[in-house]
Amino acid sequence: MDAAAKLNVTVTGPPDGQPMVFAHGFGCDQEMWRHVAPSFADRFRVVLFDYVGCGGSEASAWDAERYSTLHGYAADVLDLVHDLDLRDVVFVGHSVSSMIGALAVAAEPDRFARLVMVGPSPRYIDDPGSAYSGGFGEADIVELLDSLSSNYLGWSAAMAPAIMGNADRPELGEELTQSFCRMDPSIAQQWARVTFLSDNRPDLARVTVPTLVLQCRDDAIAPVAVGEYVHRSLPVSQLVLLDATGHCPNLSAPESTVRAIADFVGGVGAGA
Amino acid sequence: MTEPAQEAFLDALVEDDPVQLYEQAPCGFLSTTPEGVIVKANATLCRWLGTDREGLVRQRSFVDLLTPGGRIYHETHYAPLLQMHDKVRELALDLVRADGGRLPVLVNATLVRDEEGRPRLIRVAVFDASDRRRYERELRAEKDRAEASEARARTLARTLQQTLLPPTEPRIPGLELATAYRPAADGLLVGGDFYDVFQLGRDEWGVLLGDVCGKDAEAATVTALARWTLRAAAVESEGTAHALANLNELLRSHETELFCTAVLVRLRPHGASWRAVLSVGGHPPPLLLGGSGEVAAVTEAGPLIGVIEGAHYPETHLTIEPGRGLLLYTDGATDARRGSDFFDDHRLLASVRARGSEPRRLVDGLVGDIEEFQEGPASDDLALLALRVPPSPAHREQDVR
Repeated sequence: MDAAAKLNVTVTGPPDGQPMVFAHGFGCDQEMWRHVAPSFADRFRVVLFDYVGCGGSEASAWDAERYSTLHGYAADVLDLVHDLDLRDVVFVGHSVSSMIGALAVAAEPDRFARLVMVGPSPRYIDDPGSAYSGGFGEADIVELLDSLSSNYLGWSAAMAPAIMGNADRPELGEELTQSFCRMDPSIAQQWARVTFLSDNRPDLARVTVPTLVLQCRDDAIAPVAVGEYVHRSLPVSQLVLLDATGHCPNLSAPESTVRAIADFVGGVGAGA
Repeated sequence: MTEPAQEAFLDALVEDDPVQLYEQAPCGFLSTTPEGVIVKANATLCRWLGTDREGLVRQRSFVDLLTPGGRIYHETHYAPLLQMHDKVRELALDLVRADGGRLPVLVNATLVRDEEGRPRLIRVAVFDASDRRRYERELRAEKDRAEASEARARTLARTLQQTLLPPTEPRIPGLELATAYRPAADGLLVGGDFYDVFQLGRDEWGVLLGDVCGKDAEAATVTALARWTLRAAAVESEGTAHALANLNELLRSHETELFCTAVLVRLRPHGASWRAVLSVGGHPPPLLLGGSGEVAAVTEAGPLIGVIEGAHYPETHLTIEPGRGLLLYTDGATDARRGSDFFDDHRLLASVRARGSEPRRLVDGLVGDIEEFQEGPASDDLALLALRVPPSPAHREQDVR
């Protein structure tokens, strides 16, 4: 199956523009970029997609073994880059996609021009041995997995109609209301496990392209100290602190998110 | 309304003034800024959390009330949903009480926007869900158990099914032959369809296709019985009628109430053609495929096998010329459904005509047509067996076209 169908790829913007690939984080789908991506479609070739198991992706492509590490997701990103023959890519990854982007860039640096990490964390669990504080203990992740199953139990029966019945905001569209934030519970469990138990600290040094770290001032998942750690560990990076609360500035502070990314890529895409 | 009732009504009305209603409601209320800082909390929630209002308002955010795992869930699901849809409903979270204990709750929230659409306020209603959560935990454990058991049943059914069909695509030297078997969609049951191809003598072959009524373990035993009985009887006797009659008597005396349908064909080469003898027991008669697209049912079907004592099965003799063939199929083909509509004989014939007589192409094309027609999962299994005498060079050109 080609990556475009498997990953529910949508492409907008000028076909000869520099490619900008937006990758969503754990829990939702490409709709997470709806307030951000359109701002770049005037001069970038904007590529959006859903990871397998999320949104409108091809559910039958789910492969528990392939996606047992973040490398499987990074391989999908690279398949996508090859299938669409993208070069000079600006990869914008939210949350865990920051690390998926780092792995993809490290594997094929020639394909990428820049990397934007929105709320990155290379490791969520504290590591007292190296005095690293990710913000969570292992028991917390177990609790998260439990909370996922409780909620997905409700999702199938009780939650879905609530999400789908969006008569009051029809602009959200049928597609979105049916898929946004909905996942097969077993897939969600594995995603969460892989995301929150991974340790990608050693991979940061292998990111050779200029990288922007977008950090919210008050993020319960990826605290400022973690953003600073990522910034310090990357060979070429700049850190921008957004005056925003939460883990999703792409939704809660889209204007400043757009501005920060535009400033970062300004010189790169201008001629395209 | 009587006077006492009127008095009670007014009392209740006065007692439940808006402030009392808010403070003492049988659920927790909480309001926060769009960033989550707590602006207001009602007495019920304070009591549940074992804290006073001063400890909450301005001091803490909604996420501060959650467990660390819940915080991740909040950031990855709750907050995005709220921002995209302006509301979330029935999210299962645990609140952390002042004494460190957990309060399982269900949360509904709405995001209030100003006229320009900017977020202004989040209203949260919190419902104690301690008992419900316990019950859900039990349900989940049961669901996990059921899923594990279903997976075992599926494996068992698949393994058993495999033993009922030839392990590799059967071959008859000098004939083109193709088969297909597609199980019913649920995959949980062993289907009743079977087929077999076997050598009867130096120049003679047997082809068999049938369907045992019913599914699962009992049907599987009858399937095995039918397959081996027909095979053995075909070797021992001439023709095909005797073998079906033999199986009929055996099933009659067998302890099961099950019966079956079957087509048995004996084939031997005769010059460039092949001669076929066949008997049909309660089964859709095979289709005779012409070289240039004509299709006809071979009629003469005898009774169901295993129902009537002393049943007699007619024999049909055919010569199959180069470029012509036979299609054997089970009712999984004609009974494929779309709503109240069936794939039926009419569609089957049309599909066979369109696909031509080359066995592989015919069988794969038919399976494709049937699956495309079918709405939703297949309720019955499906077996197809097509064979053809290779066309002579003159016919071959037609075939390529």
